[in-house]
Amino acid sequence: MYDFLTGPMLYLSLAIFIGGCIWRVVWYIRGLDQKLDRVAYKAHLEHGLKHAARSVIAFIIPFGSHTWRAKPAMTIATFFFHFAIVGIPLFAPAHTTLMDQWLWIAPLSLPQSVVDFLILMFFISAAFLILRRVALPEVRILTNWQDVMVLAITIAPFITGVLASTHTGDYQFWLNMHIFCGEVMLIAIPFTKLSHFVLFFMSRGQLGMDFGIKRGGLKGTKFAW
Amino acid sequence: MPQGTLCRALPVQNEEELKELLADTGGKKYYAEMQELDVNADKLAATLQKTLKSRLRTWLNICAKCGMCAESCFLYRIHNRDPKQVPAYKIQTTLGEIVRRNGKVDNKFMQHCMYTAWAKCTCCNRCGTYCPHGIDMGVMFGYLRGLLFSQGFVPWELKIGSGMHRVYRAQMNVTEEDWVETCEWMAEEQQEEYPLLEIPVDKEGADIMYTCNAREPKHYPEDIAEMAILFHIAGEDWTVPSKGWEQTSLSMFAGDWEACTMQVKEVYDAMERLKPKRMVGTECGHAHRATVIEGPYWAGREDGLPPVPCQHYVEWLAEALRLGKIKIDPAKRIKEPYTIQDSCNYVRNHGIKKAVREVMSYLADPSYYRPMEPDLEHNYCCGGGGGFNGIGMYRKERNFALMTKRDQILATGAKLVIAPCHNCWDAIRDLEEHFAIGIRWSFLKPLVVHAAIIPEHLKPQEEEEMEEEA
Ligand code: SF4
Ligand code: SF4
Ligand code: SF4
Repeated sequence: MYDFLTGPMLYLSLAIFIGGCIWRVVWYIRGLDQKLDRVAYKAHLEHGLKHAARSVIAFIIPFGSHTWRAKPAMTIATFFFHFAIVGIPLFAPAHTTLMDQWLWIAPLSLPQSVVDFLILMFFISAAFLILRRVALPEVRILTNWQDVMVLAITIAPFITGVLASTHTGDYQFWLNMHIFCGEVMLIAIPFTKLSHFVLFFMSRGQLGMDFGIKRGGLKGTKFAW
Repeated sequence: MPQGTLCRALPVQNEEELKELLADTGGKKYYAEMQELDVNADKLAATLQKTLKSRLRTWLNICAKCGMCAESCFLYRIHNRDPKQVPAYKIQTTLGEIVRRNGKVDNKFMQHCMYTAWAKCTCCNRCGTYCPHGIDMGVMFGYLRGLLFSQGFVPWELKIGSGMHRVYRAQMNVTEEDWVETCEWMAEEQQEEYPLLEIPVDKEGADIMYTCNAREPKHYPEDIAEMAILFHIAGEDWTVPSKGWEQTSLSMFAGDWEACTMQVKEVYDAMERLKPKRMVGTECGHAHRATVIEGPYWAGREDGLPPVPCQHYVEWLAEALRLGKIKIDPAKRIKEPYTIQDSCNYVRNHGIKKAVREVMSYLADPSYYRPMEPDLEHNYCCGGGGGFNGIGMYRKERNFALMTKRDQILATGAKLVIAPCHNCWDAIRDLEEHFAIGIRWSFLKPLVVHAAIIPEHLKPQEEEEMEEEA
């Protein structure tokens, strides 16, 4: 089982993940329509890209935009959640060693103490996000079973990872589960709303372009995100 | 009954049909017919296939359901934080559902969509700037309105409005003759005070071509007079086109994209015919949006820009005051606290945020300025945008929505509200009528006309001087 999960299954899920993400980006850009979207992308491309970058930057920096400042707790939770989800798979020492072995790439690894802290913050953030979804009427009303599934898919690798690395119960079982859940997440990214992994940059960038080209940018105004 | 005689998928074709619709007081028969109106699911699916591209599909798909957009919507806030007013919820349960069912929806569902699209969203575009993913519900509701219009599910007044544009190329039944006559009449009226004042029609190669909102010739001709006085005082070389003078687009509110194209092309034709150096439009937000911001796309212009540079009236006014073309009499400056209503259509959606403040800095001491909170590009809708003001069936909802602006104004403590947008101006008038909070509201034109110094050479000459000259 372990061999399968770390062999063909690993390469397959990575291929689906990477190929799927590229496909999503290409599909997005090809589907932009100057006339239907009512944004003159081509004529003012450079200008538009500058405003796209402004908009993306305002939103990937904690408290960088009005909306992040308006909801500080949510902002902190969101950022820790995302830092952990991107950072731990790539930079946890347990992963980087394996990446070196299997994929012949060896990224720098984070000190274990930082990883432990991030994992802790991840669980706190996840608990906050779940609580919010249950407790706040404006979030509850939006939630359907797919949203719950997607949340479960993102949290599962962390739970199984902790169980495995702390040798709680059957180590080999939890390790296999951990790898399996991680792969499920990779495969789910292109096909679910997790595609915002790449589409966030497209969508946020597009609105930046929209404001940069059509809604005032050409007049020299910068929208105060 | 698949299609009614008044309520049907087909837009208004001619003047008779328009008159029939108008004769149906309050849209009684129209809405009765709507109860029976069939939905053409195949056509709906085909339209989705053709027009719902990656941007909108992505918006619908990647919505994180995080609810961060909730607080950004003034309608959510004023409705006691009713979760059914969350922008993401409103769009997911209408457009989202139509997409999920690929157009297989029934009459009842379409009516639910119509109510949501016109009574629960003013297309103010505020939520998009707060959603982390940049999902703009204002844009999506605009798209949904287009789908609804194409199936005949549109409020009666807006079916009429778009029909007006189709028949008269104006939002009201103002013909070319009516317009030119009104201009002549207004010019004559002013000549006692400004003997040399003219309203030049169809002058080629002028510096400025002026366009306006049809309700000015129809109901508020003094607006045209004030505009003429200010161009006159400023010594501008200007003109109005006999055809293509109407800048507004109720068809934009209705989602009738074909009529939008017809309307804006008429204005662009005037630009191409008269070749002015620039166009200046009246103090109207949606008119500016229709002709200057969205119009180029309806007209199929690749660069997304109108044929000549275009300005909103407040931009021209700010420039005229800055260059000293118009001077303000210090004795006539405003001496009371005032606040400013920032119109979403040209402040949030076109970045024109400094001009009104600049104009006011000449008209009043800056210490009198009481900003609304929030303001500029983050301002809340006046409560009547996107056609909401004009829909009789949703009057109750609209009046309720006005409370946001009422409270914002009250919090400033100012009694004078500067509202350089026809739609906002109406909403604020209605809110005063409804809630009687003791405020006054004004466009900029009358305030500047009142306070401007008339240059000596433009004043009527004294009798004796005239005699001497003779
Ligand atoms: S803020 Fe954006 S992503 Fe979040 S629920 Fe609203 S529309 Fe969806
Ligand atoms: S566009 Fe404005 S009115 Fe419509 S949902 Fe967004 S914030 Fe609310
Ligand atoms: S009516 Fe005025 S405030 Fe309301 S959406 Fe339109 S421009 Fe904005």
